[in-house]
Amino acid sequence: MGRIPASYLMNRAITLVLTIVIAATLIWLIPRLSPVDPAEIMLGRMTAGAGTVEGSEQILATLQERFGLNDPLLVQYAKYMRNILFLDFGLSTASFPTPVSTLIANALPWTIGLMLISIVITFLIGNLLGALMVWEHTPRLWKVAIPAAMVFTSIPPILSGLLLMWIFSAQLQWFPLTGAYGLTVEPGWSWDFAGSVLHHGFLPALSIVVVTFGFWALGMRGLMITVQGEDYTTLAKAKGLRPRYILYRYMIRNAILPQITAFALKIGLLIAGQVLVERIFAYNGMGKLLYDAILDQDFPVIQGVSFVIILMTALAVFIVDLVYPLIDPRIRHEAA
Amino acid sequence: MADHSTPNAAGAQTPDLTARQIRRMKRFDNPWRNPKLIWGAGLLLGIVAMGILGRIFWDPDLVFTGSGLTRQPPVGLENLRGQVGTWAHPLGTDGAGRDVLALLIIGAPNSLFVGVLASLIGMSIGIFLGFSAGFIRGRVDDVIRVLSDVMITIPPLLILVVFQAAYGDISLTMMAILIACFVWQSPTRLIRAQVLSMRESGYVQMARLSGASTMHIMFREMMPNLVPYLFGSFIANVTTSIVTAVGLEVLGLGPQRIPTLGRTIYEAINSGALIQNLYWWWGIPTILLALMFIGLLLINLGLDEVSNPRLRKL
Repeated sequence: MGRIPASYLMNRAITLVLTIVIAATLIWLIPRLSPVDPAEIMLGRMTAGAGTVEGSEQILATLQERFGLNDPLLVQYAKYMRNILFLDFGLSTASFPTPVSTLIANALPWTIGLMLISIVITFLIGNLLGALMVWEHTPRLWKVAIPAAMVFTSIPPILSGLLLMWIFSAQLQWFPLTGAYGLTVEPGWSWDFAGSVLHHGFLPALSIVVVTFGFWALGMRGLMITVQGEDYTTLAKAKGLRPRYILYRYMIRNAILPQITAFALKIGLLIAGQVLVERIFAYNGMGKLLYDAILDQDFPVIQGVSFVIILMTALAVFIVDLVYPLIDPRIRHEAA
Repeated sequence: MADHSTPNAAGAQTPDLTARQIRRMKRFDNPWRNPKLIWGAGLLLGIVAMGILGRIFWDPDLVFTGSGLTRQPPVGLENLRGQVGTWAHPLGTDGAGRDVLALLIIGAPNSLFVGVLASLIGMSIGIFLGFSAGFIRGRVDDVIRVLSDVMITIPPLLILVVFQAAYGDISLTMMAILIACFVWQSPTRLIRAQVLSMRESGYVQMARLSGASTMHIMFREMMPNLVPYLFGSFIANVTTSIVTAVGLEVLGLGPQRIPTLGRTIYEAINSGALIQNLYWWWGIPTILLALMFIGLLLINLGLDEVSNPRLRKL
């Protein structure tokens, strides 16, 4: 880390901590301002299930005590911030008494897996297509086809997901309609399970890829146009190097690095989009957890899921900011 | 040489061009006559026109439940029960007997309205903060910079989910205001960066030396140069706002009593419209939303080419 100035490091770290604190505070503050009482919701669920609940006044008081709703607001806030530091979001009210952190721990691997796969595929395809849009040796057909495919950029993945789901799951029945793995396979390290996961994950990943590759392609196109005019490209051509060699070793290698910084701006929207895709495919990730929690008015889960996703986003941005100066020696950070 | 070229006013030689070539050159002179920009604007105007003309030529009251038989297909198509669509409901009806065409006529302008209003508010905040940061600098600049760095990381959807889950039903305007709290960061950053680089430029220093007021420098000298960037940022924010609004609606949040495209899709998915092959119910709103986003993207690409001539090759 020798080359990164301490002031830059401090700056990024402060941004990270502030992001987490502000997000946590907002998530805590907003429900406090609303008239809805979580204890009453729980009691309401009991009443709905059993008709009448004996001694409901007493239960309500106990629940309010249990949730700490009688403490002064500042004490509640301090407790909440301390708990959130240890990723403790309390107990789910819908599936009481499961801790929220357990529910999130079960859902998180699915979300991270789907996200990593779709981001890596999108990044590779998008950058390659963006480079081909500028390269003078690209076949004519590709030069027409790529911009046409880019029209789908900026459509949220939930819409592409719906269309793909209808065509490939409902009509052709090539892929399963919902879930992250088949009902008949046992989760574990077996080929059956892995195959089922891939089969179920294909459409959600595809629906994200088809609408986001254009973002990278557009960025790459702008960078390639700059690189195309550089002296070293002209020199490589004058030396008589093969065009394909120039494309991969001279042009793309120089153009691709600034693309990594675009992650920092895009990752929040990508994750939010994926949450919605998981919801329509009923994929076992954070999106489904969040949607079920909204239906059940399960506040601790809604707060926990939102916080963990924002935490993931902030950490991803922080890592990109840290790693980028190490891989691109052209960047120098002035002490600001 | 004389028959091939004519000297122009500056005395330079211009090659002889056919009338058609001259027209094409002239089109390139005016960057605003960009095909992408025109197509994109046309698509959006088409959607707006549908909202306005639809209210005149079609009965908007058909958005209420029970306006017709449930789950009727569009004209000429057949649903699983073998019923054929009629002109009474040209695009079919949903699971509660609402007319899909009327849903589009009322719902599509609602989605655009949320996007444009949220983006306008966000833009105004961004212009104010961006100019303040770039001009006053010092502490103010530090605070605004760090705050926009922080807020740009937080996905609006998740905070808004918490908000709406706590408060329940809200109005379209309220939703737009809430979304606006999360779309001011990128214009702020953009304007701050531009103002910082422009304040050192010759014409701004010239204006300052001639005793122009800060307001005059900001709005008369700098603002016109920012217009393409501001437009681009505005359109990008409209897209983000609509995406966020549709996201909330598809999760079952957002306005509960006003028809929106996102809510129509939410109801369709929840009623199993995908399995029952009621494709018109979720499909037509989906395609309309997709067209809206395509229009916004085309406008944005066109604006990029207006402000950055190097991209105009394609």
